[in-house]
Amino acid sequence: MSGTVLLNTALGAQEAVGGFDPFLPGLILLLPLLGFAINGALALKAGTRGAAAVRAGSPEPDTTGGDRPATHTLPTWIGPGVMLGAFLLTLVNFVGMFGVELTEPVIRSYWTWMATGALTVEAAIQLDQLSLIMMMVITGVGFLIHVFSVGYMKEDPGYPRYFAYLNLFVFFMLTLVMGANFPMMFVGWEGVGLCSYLLIGFWFQDREKADAGKKAFIVNRVGDFGLLMAMFILFAIFGTLDYQAIFSAAPDALVYGGGAATAIALFLLLGAVGKSAQVPLYVWLPDAMAGPTPVSALIHAATMVTAGVYLVARASVLFALAPVGAAAVATIGAITALFAATIALKQYDIKKVLAYSTVSQLGFMFMGVGVGAYAAGVFHLMTHAFFKALLFLGAGAVIHSMHHALHSTHKEWDAQDMRNMGGLKRFMPVTWITMWVATLAIAGIWPFAGFFSKDEIIWYVGTSAPASVLYTILWGMAIATALLTAFYMTRMMVMTFHGPNRTGQAEAVHLHESPLTMTVPLGILAVLSVFGGWVNVPGSVRESFFGGFGLLPMSDWLDRWLEPVTASADAVRLEQLGAYASTAPVGGGHVMWGAIATGLALAVVLIGARLVSGREIRPAHESEPDTGFGKVLHDKWYVDEFYDRFIVQPILGLSRACWRWIDQVLIDGTVNAVGSVSRGVGWFGSLFQTGQIGTYAFILTLGALVVLGVLIL
Amino acid sequence: MLAEALVLSAILFVIGTFGVLIRRNAIIMFLCVELQLNAVNLSFVALSRYLGIEGQIFVFFVMTVAAAEAAVGLAIIISIFRHYETVNVDNFNLLKW
Amino acid sequence: MTALIDAIAYDSWILHALIWLPLVGIAGVLLISEEKVKEFAFGWTAGLFVLSLGLWWAFDPAGSLFQLTSETPWIELWGVSYALGIDGISLFMILLTTFTMPVAILGAFKYIGERRRAFYALMLLLQTGIVGVFASMDLFLFYIFFELTLVPMYFIVGVWGGERRIYAAVKFFLYTALGSLLMLVGILYLWFQAQAAGAPASFHYLDLVGTPLSLTEQIWLFSAFALAFAIKVPLFPFHTWLPDAHVEAPTPGSVVLAAVLLKLGAYGFIRFVLPFFPDAAVHSTVVMIMLSLGVVGIIYAAWVAAVQPDAKKLVAYTSVAHMGFVVLGIFTVTVNGLQGGLFVMISHGISTGALFLLLGMLYERRHTRLIADFGGLARVAPLMATAFVITALASIGLPGTSGFVGEFLALVGTFEKYPVIAFLGATGVIFAAYYMLPMVQKILFNKLEREENRTMKDLSSREVAVLSPLLILMVVLGVFPTPVLDRMEPGVQAIVQYVDDGARVGPLQEVVRSGEVGPAPADAVWVEEVPPSHEGQAQMLGVGAGLSAPDDAGAGAEARTSMWLGVARNEGPVRRGGDFTGDEG
Repeated sequence: MSGTVLLNTALGAQEAVGGFDPFLPGLILLLPLLGFAINGALALKAGTRGAAAVRAGSPEPDTTGGDRPATHTLPTWIGPGVMLGAFLLTLVNFVGMFGVELTEPVIRSYWTWMATGALTVEAAIQLDQLSLIMMMVITGVGFLIHVFSVGYMKEDPGYPRYFAYLNLFVFFMLTLVMGANFPMMFVGWEGVGLCSYLLIGFWFQDREKADAGKKAFIVNRVGDFGLLMAMFILFAIFGTLDYQAIFSAAPDALVYGGGAATAIALFLLLGAVGKSAQVPLYVWLPDAMAGPTPVSALIHAATMVTAGVYLVARASVLFALAPVGAAAVATIGAITALFAATIALKQYDIKKVLAYSTVSQLGFMFMGVGVGAYAAGVFHLMTHAFFKALLFLGAGAVIHSMHHALHSTHKEWDAQDMRNMGGLKRFMPVTWITMWVATLAIAGIWPFAGFFSKDEIIWYVGTSAPASVLYTILWGMAIATALLTAFYMTRMMVMTFHGPNRTGQAEAVHLHESPLTMTVPLGILAVLSVFGGWVNVPGSVRESFFGGFGLLPMSDWLDRWLEPVTASADAVRLEQLGAYASTAPVGGGHVMWGAIATGLALAVVLIGARLVSGREIRPAHESEPDTGFGKVLHDKWYVDEFYDRFIVQPILGLSRACWRWIDQVLIDGTVNAVGSVSRGVGWFGSLFQTGQIGTYAFILTLGALVVLGVLIL
Repeated sequence: MLAEALVLSAILFVIGTFGVLIRRNAIIMFLCVELQLNAVNLSFVALSRYLGIEGQIFVFFVMTVAAAEAAVGLAIIISIFRHYETVNVDNFNLLKW
Repeated sequence: MTALIDAIAYDSWILHALIWLPLVGIAGVLLISEEKVKEFAFGWTAGLFVLSLGLWWAFDPAGSLFQLTSETPWIELWGVSYALGIDGISLFMILLTTFTMPVAILGAFKYIGERRRAFYALMLLLQTGIVGVFASMDLFLFYIFFELTLVPMYFIVGVWGGERRIYAAVKFFLYTALGSLLMLVGILYLWFQAQAAGAPASFHYLDLVGTPLSLTEQIWLFSAFALAFAIKVPLFPFHTWLPDAHVEAPTPGSVVLAAVLLKLGAYGFIRFVLPFFPDAAVHSTVVMIMLSLGVVGIIYAAWVAAVQPDAKKLVAYTSVAHMGFVVLGIFTVTVNGLQGGLFVMISHGISTGALFLLLGMLYERRHTRLIADFGGLARVAPLMATAFVITALASIGLPGTSGFVGEFLALVGTFEKYPVIAFLGATGVIFAAYYMLPMVQKILFNKLEREENRTMKDLSSREVAVLSPLLILMVVLGVFPTPVLDRMEPGVQAIVQYVDDGARVGPLQEVVRSGEVGPAPADAVWVEEVPPSHEGQAQMLGVGAGLSAPDDAGAGAEARTSMWLGVARNEGPVRRGGDFTGDEG
């Protein structure tokens, strides 16, 4: 029944809204799902073959040589293929939305998902400016990462399974951003969590990796709980869970700063904090690096972890109506940004550095959307997707190469430890250059993408200062974080690519540049990391030196593009808090602070490079462990230990106590005691049971006589 | 007339009761139970003259049940005898918990 | 389809067939050889399932509340009739039963090695009992079927179970029998009370709904019924029989127990407790007690489940947690809550049934249930691992699977009235991941260390055939739940309107048959035609009812008590016996 409806509607049978006629929007979702289905079937087939080999005790069937079975060659085309299709469809829709006055999202409803009582939830998707930007990032960056994976995962026996999971992830991620109501988003929300779980634990035979996946899922569920609660409150107040209905009614239905608005915002924030790895729920993301590196790039950097930012931007009205909630968003973002940056200073695992960097950058995005600069937050989300995906893919290429080199002599070294690298620029020039581009971008150096987006967030945080002194503090934290970012990224680059090579003579000859499937995506992302920031150059900056005195195109484009989505939130903010200030807390305009920021960052990069290369670095096993404060940072402020001690272990202990004492002793004890007492009474009664018929007859007669006597007398 | 019948019935019943209580031979005890039943039957018949026909109907019920009981009871006693070669009830205490 | 159903007058015989054909099947089971019996039993139950599918079309969601009704007098003296009928709620319970049975039987073809004929005969008997419970419109009939389900399950656990099977079987039997005996007393009280109010003697559901009862009476009767159903559900703290029974039961027993038998309790709450004792059911103290027990069950059972070393026990505890959601949904008495509760029941039946099947398959291969004995199975059994993961995810309510729809609706319904309870209940979402994922990891993931695990076989084609319909249902119900929700909605609406609204109006009230006031015709029958052998039973009834009088001592209802005792005592031959002894004295 619904399949035909789905197809019919997907083919665009409905009338256009506001002059924009989306082109096969349902197909964008269906393609990755189709990819999942096909790759999943292939994966089961390949898995069964592998299982037979394991049972027979023979080694893994060789799937790397020239005669790869179809289960390993087909995903190469299907996995990236469906992504390319989805990307092109998204692009068509994206271009189609240009120049169209679209104040309301275009909604496509396929079937009624849940309908009982007053609750109706449609299986509906919506296309508007925000979801299209997100879809562009997801399908675009996603496609590049799929292509990269073809090279990266080529030799893995779980190749088809990998692409099945990856396609499924994209399907859920698209559902998340395309859903037209909260439950639909929640489908994507938990779905991406599931895929993240499966992909982190992709090499499930490694206990640590399986643990990391589990941890990610459970911590995420804490956030999902918040999202659920927010939905319940929204339904209780609005009687619906559709975005459109809620957001248009919210300014009237919710009191500004009232309890309901605050509760909604805080519960939504809990959800966002879980998914976007913010303090205090960030702990899963660094562990999530256990997954294959392209997965880290796609899920744990570019797309899934930004879902929290998307959520805040999507529900911007609700946050605008809850100043406490919005301030909490910004504060959590700032704390996370600074906190994670300090940890990144002392990590040696290249992926861990990037992981904490991601947490930190997500904090920036939270700051942006928290102070009401939704477009700035989404802007940074987008540029971050470019350069962080690039960084992760670059790191993947490095690890890939290191792994081969170490494997060639069976050296038991950690392929991800930067102390074992050094001087890789000679072997991997493309990776080296592209990663430097990304590093400059994330450090916020003009004219790379990160400069514009980060600068905009810092600017908006600073100009929020009149509302509360809190924002002045956050502003300071943001600037400090930006400088730390520049430093630890430089440290990472220098340790990895510069200085002498520490891998070892015999191994170094096996270090090599990656194949084209891996370097081409790196190149494309590098280009995006340079130019991606130009889509939203603020007017004042554009007129200055940084905009080439008006040469840069597309001034404030993203702000204006997202305007329909954030309009009502902006209106609420303007009414309640007034406009942003025109200067930073300590004076100075946008251009001046832009110059200061990029100048400082550049200085940090240069000084940092000199500092780090001046240091003597030894391979990991020869290094002495950190001491003092460095050790605290290296050990991540002992937050994991703290959680284990004060949350995980107590709950486990309580669980055991519940089982041993309440269930087994108290409840079952009572039940069994009732049984024992009955038995005891029965045993006592049975003492009168002599088994002698004569005795029975005698007592019977005696009894009858007594009864008769009583009656007669 | 009623009084004599009831007295006879009572005497028979008491004899039967004592027989059950005192004797140890299962067959004799069984016969004593029959005696009790027939004592009751006698009083039923006697009273039916004054209280209606139901009494006589009940006698037939009792006789039917007694016949069934005799069949089953004797069968049990015979099988016990085959097993133990005695019908002295003192030897049987299988019913004891 | 509708035309076909009309052509064969499907409506008129299907319920009878679904109840009695399993018994006919028993004859077949007993006649057939020990080797062939499993195929026969599977074929028979599968045939019944195909038959029952017609109910989907035969039941008209827009039609009257109760459909496919029929009524034949059975024991006219007491107003007992063989009355059947279903609404949307029982419709899905029956379908769930007929679906589960063949799946459970097929899933354990190898598990049951000995005394197969007896086993499958008991399974069929169980099916008669369960379908009977869901289709009964007469309380007497309902009670008989309700008790009938105990007997086969007792033997299934006690004969084909694990090491501690006797303990588990006896515990199961006594525990549940205790509850239902109290319910019997409650039913009889209700029956007498209805007659005291002037209605004819009848055990028919629709005659008893709306029986006038004071609040105190309602609370006492509520307690009697609720205890029976709470044990069956099982609700914390009456749940300890369940882990034992599940662990010891053979796979098909566990599957049926989890998938259907637990639902009898929740069904009883919805069908009987709410409409019979509406004032008690919305009384704030009562509601808070029930909701608190539900919430405690959700969290507590999740915690206890998380530390179980035995996989089957773990899943058994998750049942308690799931049924906590059902109880939450029921006692909020909102449409969303009840719909959610019912959907959780269906979804739990499918997902937990599948989990037990999977654990049974593992047990057949490795002869252990300890989680620690497994590990790395995904490597050698990818098909099983896939099925296991999907089932586990459906069980913990991932959106897109059936589990989510139910839990979501139940919590939405709860939140409408009791936000704090919903808040606590929603933490169950976190704890679900906390108990399920470690088990999945320890069984399927981690290193493949043991030699026995390394050579383990993947699913056979029979096992794939058993699991795939379950897996498909999990996803389909999660994506398209609306057809199911639509069919249940009228029944749920009727109950919510009747119970939640003080005026007691709504569809349920409209179909309730109005009792005639004045001397009831049944009483006349009583005097005229009672054969002598009924005397004793009539007295027993009187005594049975009298026993419940102390329950009511605090209610100040002594006058009423003697009045309904009088129903049995002051009429008919019972009184004649009394006169006789009086003369003699």
